[in-house]
Amino acid sequence: MPTDTIDIRYVAKLARIALTDDEIEVFGRQLGDLLAHVNALSKLDTESVPATAQVVESRNVTREDVITPGLDRERVLAQAPQRQGNFFRVPRIIAE
Amino acid sequence: MSVPMDARIEKTASEIAADVRARRLSAVEVTEATLAHVEAVDGLIGSYLTVLSDAAREHAARVDERIRNGESLSLAGVPLAVKDNMCLESTRTTCGSKILEHWIAPYTATAVARLLDAGAVPIGKANCDEFAMGSSCENSALEVTRNPYDTSRVPGGSSGGSAAAVAAYEAAIGLGSDTGGSIREPGAFCNLVGFKPTYGRVSRYGLIAFASSLDQIGPLARTVEDAALVYDAMAGYDPMDATSIERAVEPAAGALLDDLKGVRIGIVRDFDTGALGADLDALYRQAYRDLEQLGAELVEVTLPTADYGVPTYYLIAPAECSSNLARFDGVRYGLRVDGEDVRAMYDNTRAAGFGPEVKRRILIGTYALSSGYYDAYYVRAQKARTLIARDFERAFARCDLIACPAASCTAFEFAAKSDPYSMYLMDYYTIPMSLAGLPALSVPCGWSRPEGGAVPMPVGLQLCTPLFGERLLLGAAHAYERATRHASARKPLAQEARA
Repeated sequence: MPTDTIDIRYVAKLARIALTDDEIEVFGRQLGDLLAHVNALSKLDTESVPATAQVVESRNVTREDVITPGLDRERVLAQAPQRQGNFFRVPRIIAE
Repeated sequence: MSVPMDARIEKTASEIAADVRARRLSAVEVTEATLAHVEAVDGLIGSYLTVLSDAAREHAARVDERIRNGESLSLAGVPLAVKDNMCLESTRTTCGSKILEHWIAPYTATAVARLLDAGAVPIGKANCDEFAMGSSCENSALEVTRNPYDTSRVPGGSSGGSAAAVAAYEAAIGLGSDTGGSIREPGAFCNLVGFKPTYGRVSRYGLIAFASSLDQIGPLARTVEDAALVYDAMAGYDPMDATSIERAVEPAAGALLDDLKGVRIGIVRDFDTGALGADLDALYRQAYRDLEQLGAELVEVTLPTADYGVPTYYLIAPAECSSNLARFDGVRYGLRVDGEDVRAMYDNTRAAGFGPEVKRRILIGTYALSSGYYDAYYVRAQKARTLIARDFERAFARCDLIACPAASCTAFEFAAKSDPYSMYLMDYYTIPMSLAGLPALSVPCGWSRPEGGAVPMPVGLQLCTPLFGERLLLGAAHAYERATRHASARKPLAQEARA
């Protein structure tokens, strides 16, 4: 299994979480510890073993393409941090 | 503290429902008595994040009316604690997190709706580890929950609020969710039956997702019969959950056993209870002898990959959590913390909204799924999962049911597990069953005074069957419970007796 040290700043960027310098230090160390533990899995011979995503019988679920009632729009939008009309409002994404 | 106990709320769920159906007791009376008791004890125990006084009274009045109209309700008037990661329409649903601290659910989870339809009365939303990640309830960002048998100790987790509520008579039934042991471990710590059905048996619709291939809803109850009643009321296919199983549910409450004649019970050679200390070792050995006394044939089985359960789980569950919790981004619901652009808004919202354990798991999962590491970590863990499931298949060729510890210790003191991995190891005995999707439960099997502890604390025996073995699982647990009666040996809320 990989032995690289974790670039915690890069992982936090992918995870979209702003970390403080203290958190970078602590989480970096704790993730390193955890990976040392999970590296025990490299002792298992998994060469010819299929991966399990989900254990119980499952099948693809489809339904007729007909409209069924969903959640009430007002109730859903009432929970938005910011709304405008029938939309969720977010900070500007594209510069003027 | 001295709490005057009300006989009406010390009854089991099945007794309350029978009394309400026979109109010896009204749902309104039980509800008022429960709310008064919550008012008296919850300042100390901290089971609830939200007490639903008004909704409870309305539901109770409706239950009494339905009874008067001749309906027969299996959970008539039964006070219910709902873990706060399950939606109940128009009530606050927080997941124990600041990011959802003020979120009002716009719909009701299927499992909750089915219990309410069967006559249960929602008393409150119960505390939990943030997004169900933890084994002590200490990861809740909103409240401290204490163990009703010793308030200097944790109730277990992540369904710790539901467990504490039932143990302290603040509800007769608690709904919990179990991803790696989050019903069974608090069940063991709080002297309860904690039951995780087969994955897919109970709809997850309205359960806020942590690790979707593992999450399963189940009851915490004071008796096996109560757990079976709840299971019968909520199990079964739900078109709103694509992983819920379309397969008839055999009711379990009518199939409880009085003995174990002809049942082969596997004792796991790899789980050396000697390592748990002399006290727990003796309790588990006695439990196995008691099962034998009831007519079971004990056979030795082996789960050679059980040691790989915790490392496998701590890749798969964080990977799924990092994906599931991506939805908390300050756009559609919950907390938003502004930033100079939309990217900074995401980063700041998640920094302020998530606590340390949730951040840790999101980071682990993000790393394990990131480019270049996916095969080495995530896929390898999924393959290990296959091997663990195969171990159980081989073991169940030789036995009908497996008996083993539910946890490696009794309820510990607050802040006793400061290193994350030592907390992760709390789930050593429960994780393998979760990875294999198997139904499993913990049932009280005795009392043990922890080192330095003031009073003996409850110990749980774990039982587990093949997929869809709920009927035998609950049936056998009932026979054991009936023969041993460990749960009634001590009373909760007895702090004054120690002074």
